[in-house]
Amino acid sequence: MLSIKNLSVSIHGKPIIKGLSLDVNAGEIHAIMGPNGSGKSTLASVIAGRETFDVDEGEITYMGKNLFDLPAESRAREGIFLGFQYPVEIPGVSIANFMRTAINEKRKYLGLDPLTGAEFLKLMEERKKMVDIQSKLTNRSVNEGFSGGEKKKNEIFQMAMLEPRLAILDETDSGLDIDALKVVANGVNKLRRKDNATVVITHYQRLLDYIVPDFVHVLYDGRIIKSGDKSLAFELEEKGYDWVKKETA
Amino acid sequence: MENESNKILEEVTGSEYKYGFYTDIEMDQAPPGLTEDTIRFISAKKNEPEFMLEFRLKAFRHWQTLKEPEWAHVKYPRIKYQELIYYSAPLKRAKHDSLDEVDPELLETFEKLGIPLNEQKALAGVAVDAVMDSVSVGSTFKKTLEEQGVIFCSFSEALQKHPELIKKYMGSVVPYRDNFFAALNSAVFSDGSFAYIPKGVRCPLELSTYFRINAANTGQFERTLIVAEEGSYVSYMEGCTAPVRDEHQLHAAIVEIIAHKDAEVKYSTVQNWWPGDKEGKGGVYNFVTKRGICEGENAKISWTQVETGSAVTWKYPSLVLKGDNSTGEFYSVAVTNNKQQADTGTKMIHLGKNTRSTIISKGISAGRSNNSYRGLVKTSRNAENARNFSQCDSLLLGDQCGAHTFPYLDVGNKSSIVEHEATTSKISEDQLFYCLQRGIDMEGAIGLIVNGYAKEVLSKLPMEFAVEAQKLLSISLEGSVG
Repeated sequence: MLSIKNLSVSIHGKPIIKGLSLDVNAGEIHAIMGPNGSGKSTLASVIAGRETFDVDEGEITYMGKNLFDLPAESRAREGIFLGFQYPVEIPGVSIANFMRTAINEKRKYLGLDPLTGAEFLKLMEERKKMVDIQSKLTNRSVNEGFSGGEKKKNEIFQMAMLEPRLAILDETDSGLDIDALKVVANGVNKLRRKDNATVVITHYQRLLDYIVPDFVHVLYDGRIIKSGDKSLAFELEEKGYDWVKKETA
Repeated sequence: MENESNKILEEVTGSEYKYGFYTDIEMDQAPPGLTEDTIRFISAKKNEPEFMLEFRLKAFRHWQTLKEPEWAHVKYPRIKYQELIYYSAPLKRAKHDSLDEVDPELLETFEKLGIPLNEQKALAGVAVDAVMDSVSVGSTFKKTLEEQGVIFCSFSEALQKHPELIKKYMGSVVPYRDNFFAALNSAVFSDGSFAYIPKGVRCPLELSTYFRINAANTGQFERTLIVAEEGSYVSYMEGCTAPVRDEHQLHAAIVEIIAHKDAEVKYSTVQNWWPGDKEGKGGVYNFVTKRGICEGENAKISWTQVETGSAVTWKYPSLVLKGDNSTGEFYSVAVTNNKQQADTGTKMIHLGKNTRSTIISKGISAGRSNNSYRGLVKTSRNAENARNFSQCDSLLLGDQCGAHTFPYLDVGNKSSIVEHEATTSKISEDQLFYCLQRGIDMEGAIGLIVNGYAKEVLSKLPMEFAVEAQKLLSISLEGSVG
């Protein structure tokens, strides 16, 4: 589904990702772990199409397409979803309105008729239940005055609405209490299907108690320095990043 | 003998009218320039009562003593008043035979705004068949209003049919001495609208749709007068979301509203005059004086405006809160793009006790435009417990535009409470990227964010116009972020 080959990315001439390769197939959950500043969020942003970065080398293919040929909105419509680490506020725009616009843009792109008001409301109610979102939340303006937990839950709700093929969750677990963490993890697990994939970017092993990854990658200084199965996450938790660094040095 | 000489005198003077300057009475338009003769010509053309001509002449004489104001934060080349044409007969013939002949760009905008086909035709000046809705809609509309005793007609018609009401109220809120453009309008105004709601009547219709169809050709110096008698209510909508390309560059309108005891008037307007090309060439100058007075106790007037058009806008819908416990509201969204300039705001003059006013102003600047809010809140010595709340927000798109706020507060009573809040924000890249990542393209994203920002004001518009106004905001900002 997603294939990253030898990717190098910099910002204002400063290299951040330095020759990274990664393959993600349908049905898989990948966890990318690493210390602060290792390039985790940059990787997520580059896949989503943020233009503040310079891609110096390498390629990314997604569903057989060169990702760099697609602007950010087309990537989204093709099924790439980014769960933001810091979701922004959009005052005056209700979540319902925001989602309806997004879904209908995507449907238009795919050559489908827009959802009617009734169809949309039905879908929204269904997905709210699925990911355990309070019904009031969708009437509020996007992220405005939301608590940290509400913001992250809102990201998962949007993911449930948009049904992405590839979801990248950028530190969706950071700053969450255990209940919110469960909501987030639950959402991801419920949305898991054979034909979609999830990349979970996280700092801590904690989230992986609830979302069980097929692969764990350790990102350090712009490179994946170690990959393994879920046991790698436990090992990391126990021994710290220094251990991997030394081992691969 | 005396009779005969009178007859001769009459003939002579009559022929003066007929063959003097007024030989031109057959003409469809006045020669360029502005003199007392021009004013007599206009008044005669319109067959106005004597008092109207006198009013015009007084206004003209006063105007001659005035200088064009320069204090607004706008720049434009000097207007050559003696080169303008002050009267031309309304076009009787349609400009086009079918929509195919109309500028496709204009049609595309109509399409985007979702304007019904028949209205599109009317707005673009296309000939319409006799069965067209507007005729039948227009007459049922009139009938419903007449049943309630509501008068709603053109200013010219009102001058013929209800001269006593015009005489009583015209100039009572905006006297011709008020300012340069008000004096000019009072001297030469072409036509406009008159609405009168009798005592205790709740106007059964929004005075809007009908007006919109007929709004396109009202000329450059409009005059609107709305009188709401005791305990009445009316919602009045003026203007047009469709882009009106007009041959007249200068527009100087006057709107006067009188609300008597316990009456309520909601006045909404959407202004989308041609703003000129990207360099601002050829756009309309819109210099408007709008003012309402809450004459009696518990009266209420609200202004809601969405301003997206014109090259230069100079407009301060104001309210005089004279009756005790009266309420004034001003809700405004002003968008400027490319090289547009807008200097707009309001004045709230608190005279009565326990009067309250609310001001919500949302400016949106893009391109290389300049957008200013200018407002005055004044509480007089006798305005015990007057209250005002003002909120002035500015939203910037890009880094070449300007937003300015000039709030003036003049508090004359110790018990007054006057609050002013102001914010300036930019559409952040994070917000745009968030939308893009959800599959919404750049223009959709800007439209969404801007409409969210202006929601507080848009929600005050009558429903049918709120939807169009939302689309209009997005269209006005198309291409503003590269």
